[in-house]
Amino acid sequence: MTLRERLFSIQDLCFSYRSTPVLEDISFELHRGKFYGLIGANGSGKSTLLELLMATLSPLSGSITYKKKQLDHYSRQELACRLALVPQHFSMDFEYLVRDVVLMGRHPHIPRFSSPAPHDIKAVDTAMETMDISHLQNRPVIALSGGELQRVVMARALAQETEVLILDEATSNLDIQHTIAIMKVIRRRVSEKGLTVIAAIHDLNLAAAFCDDCLVLKERRIYANAPVKNIFTSQLLRDVFSVDAEIHCTTEDRHPQIQYNYL
Amino acid sequence: MSLKWTHPIQLYEMTATKPLLSLFLLSIILCAAIIAATGMGFLKISPAEVIQILWSRLLGEQAQAINPTFPFVVMEVRLPRILTAALVGGGLAVAGAVFQAILLNPLADPYTLGISSGAAFGASLAIILSIFGIMIPAWLSIPIFAFIGAMATLVGVFSLASSDNRLSSNTLILSGVIIAAILSAGIGFIKYLADEQVSIIIFWLMGSFVGRTWVDVLSTALVVIPGLFFTLYFARDLNIMALGERTANTLGVDSSRVKKTLLVAASLITAICVSVSGIIGFVGLIIPHLLRMILGPDNRILLPACFLGGATLLLGADTITRAWLPSEIPIGVLTSLIGGPFFCYIFRKKQLALTS
Repeated sequence: MTLRERLFSIQDLCFSYRSTPVLEDISFELHRGKFYGLIGANGSGKSTLLELLMATLSPLSGSITYKKKQLDHYSRQELACRLALVPQHFSMDFEYLVRDVVLMGRHPHIPRFSSPAPHDIKAVDTAMETMDISHLQNRPVIALSGGELQRVVMARALAQETEVLILDEATSNLDIQHTIAIMKVIRRRVSEKGLTVIAAIHDLNLAAAFCDDCLVLKERRIYANAPVKNIFTSQLLRDVFSVDAEIHCTTEDRHPQIQYNYL
Repeated sequence: MSLKWTHPIQLYEMTATKPLLSLFLLSIILCAAIIAATGMGFLKISPAEVIQILWSRLLGEQAQAINPTFPFVVMEVRLPRILTAALVGGGLAVAGAVFQAILLNPLADPYTLGISSGAAFGASLAIILSIFGIMIPAWLSIPIFAFIGAMATLVGVFSLASSDNRLSSNTLILSGVIIAAILSAGIGFIKYLADEQVSIIIFWLMGSFVGRTWVDVLSTALVVIPGLFFTLYFARDLNIMALGERTANTLGVDSSRVKKTLLVAASLITAICVSVSGIIGFVGLIIPHLLRMILGPDNRILLPACFLGGATLLLGADTITRAWLPSEIPIGVLTSLIGGPFFCYIFRKKQLALTS
């Protein structure tokens, strides 16, 4: 395996909201061109960890470096050209068109008072095609269904053309067809173009099918951090999620799949 | 079901003709309205004569009007009032649009944070002091007290809301409501103290442009026009902030700084408007709404359009009460009386279009 460039390096990270600790002693590294899954039960600190990586929250202690430079030494604009976020919730009260919203992803690349350049327009068109929303482009976003809206938000993040994409349960509102289609698109970008993805995912089978590595959070700490092939065990599922399950490894496919025991 | 979305402007990609054309049209309408309004009233002056008087005054010549009183009527009586009305209308509409964009709430208006109550309290205080013979002259103290009252309210609302670092819109709106409620009680107490002379306070609160001078024009213009350009500078950030604060931050916008700066700017604009004219409702709510329906939500077009549209609307309303109605009714009452039903009509039509 080739040595990959290290993007994020997180050391002894702690965070708390007021007096409630949310994350403790988090240390890990993220490398370029990999698809990372972030899993854990509700309230285990996944979204907070993603916000810390996006620098929309500041750590209480510990350090986060991005490309050997402290994350808080980057300006917002610099970060916006490098990291894109697809949030969990998105709503809009104003009647912007789908195309306008996707174009907003180009905001950090377009100087104030300038019009978008041809390559900005091209990035928007490509992102909309990728997310299969070109036919919606002249509709106001407030008239879209939840799933359509989520694809718009995803297209906006793709149009941002960053080297890192952070997904906070970005496929939770989508039907299975679009979920798989989108995960495939992102997987291809990771494998072919060296995009780095960090995705908080609730659907463990989805994580198992598409991620390279998984970070597992349990009670504010990292419980495990390993390649997806050997991370899923009945033991882990019992410890982290308190569920009973069996792990199957299909022979033609190296990805493990989880069979929950519902009874 | 096929919905036809007629949406005239595409953000960013606009070829710059359509929005600029609409701004140009709005400017023409405003200019025409100013000239027409100047000619209307007890003394009828034709638009040609108005233009002639303005032109000769601009060149510094003695106007060669048919009637020697016309230049005085135009320059000293009507124009100051008309320009004040236009500036106040424009200012309130711009402030309304900014509040709506920042608070992500289409129902916000310039008075959402209680600025109007602060101004009203200040003005009532000045009036009651002059009734008791402590403060003279009232024409000077009322606008100054109103302005101070409005700014003090802003400080109060901000310090109440500051426990929430992100200044979320719910916290801000709630703080505004609380402070406004306290101030309303204060105004009620002052009204009670004013006893028989309470009508002075009530009339001030209902708003009026009677007897405005060039001093009013100048002081309003000095805040409203720089305010417009200042908010325009942040117009694109405001667009991005419609995505929500967290997402806007990840797109390179410092949301909480933009929010604070623009709240102060919009409040300043509101404060000066209220202090020269009293409380005029609806302009700040209806104009941004109406124009957003026509021009789309892009603040870079919406803000200047609101200035022009608000100016035209309030000038029109003021001209109706000044020149058409047998006796002047307070402008604030008139705008709400006309604006309210009109807004109901537009709103209903739009809801029907969305559900059909």
